[in-house]
Amino acid sequence: MTLTSYIFGIVSAALILVVAIELLRRGQLRERHAIWWILAGVLALIAGVFPATLEWAADLIGIVVPTNLVFFVSIAIILLVCLQHSSELTRLEDKARTLAEHVAMLEERVSTLEGGGSPPRPE
Amino acid sequence: MRGAPPFQATPAADSNRIAAVPAPFAHTLVVMPAFNEEASVAATVREVTEALPGIEILVVDDGSTDATVAAAQAAGARVASLPFNLGVGGAMRLGFRYALRNGFHNVVQIDADGQHDPADVPSLLNELEGCDLVLGARFAGTGDYEVRGPRRWAMVVLATILSRTSGTRLSDTTSGFRASGPRAVALFARHYPAEYLGDTVESLVIASRAGLTVRQVPVSMRTRAGGVPSHNPLRATAYLARATMALTFAFMRPVSTYRGENP
Repeated sequence: MTLTSYIFGIVSAALILVVAIELLRRGQLRERHAIWWILAGVLALIAGVFPATLEWAADLIGIVVPTNLVFFVSIAIILLVCLQHSSELTRLEDKARTLAEHVAMLEERVSTLEGGGSPPRPE
Repeated sequence: MRGAPPFQATPAADSNRIAAVPAPFAHTLVVMPAFNEEASVAATVREVTEALPGIEILVVDDGSTDATVAAAQAAGARVASLPFNLGVGGAMRLGFRYALRNGFHNVVQIDADGQHDPADVPSLLNELEGCDLVLGARFAGTGDYEVRGPRRWAMVVLATILSRTSGTRLSDTTSGFRASGPRAVALFARHYPAEYLGDTVESLVIASRAGLTVRQVPVSMRTRAGGVPSHNPLRATAYLARATMALTFAFMRPVSTYRGENP
């Protein structure tokens, strides 16, 4: 590993952390979404600053090429975040559905009270 | 066992809205989900009013882009208009919530395209006196409705599984012609799936697992105004797959999901 690739690894990891924390600070990212990105950034920073930890972890699990552990962990984190987003989307859809129901019921009630919408039933 | 018998005239929370209506339909609301049905909704509303004098009809406009709302209002129905399309299940949950909030005990679902004969509603409501949910079954004798091939097999598989779950012999589980009693209305106001097939297949599982009793009565079914049911084998297979998935997930959910507060 050259000095350039060593620095490149650290800068990349720091970039993730800086962007995640800055978004969090500006209120454009909620804590529960930010936590995964911060976790990924911290892991990348540790592996970047101390490459020995990466080799040790890879050796522990039995992965021959340590870089493969990086790929595995990265993909795992991205998958989990994706899943979290799908779940969040479902929850939002559910809330939108409930809101739509409320709007429809209120609208019907308002037009009934105004005497316009639902006319008196034909006898 | 049940909250209130369907035909008893009790002062409801919002009694001024329904007091003028004579029994036996005083506490029954017809819910008609309609998505771009301007051609048929008015005629269907009038037909229901004629066949069942005094019954209240709520047309749930499911985000239609045509004149469905105006047509339904002109025909004398109450109209609740969803701001965007939610599917039949979404429209029906609104119907159940509306019924709960406005003091109706029973909900009868009738399609806006006129394929259901309102003359069958009294027999549905009669059967409802002894149970919580009544299905109008198309293959149970009356009418000339017929489906063949893989789609038919899918329906048979569904019927077999759901009959076992509900403890009743059901022959037409995907029927959209059904009547719900007070317990079913309260349950469905909380849990009525908006997914494809959720409104028919999964809702039956929800009702059975929550301890509600289900029955079916034979109804006549007219051919749909907008064409015939698809007999494409590919589509039928996809239908079976989606139905199986809907069933599987319905059974996987914890039963505790179906208890809890009313909305």
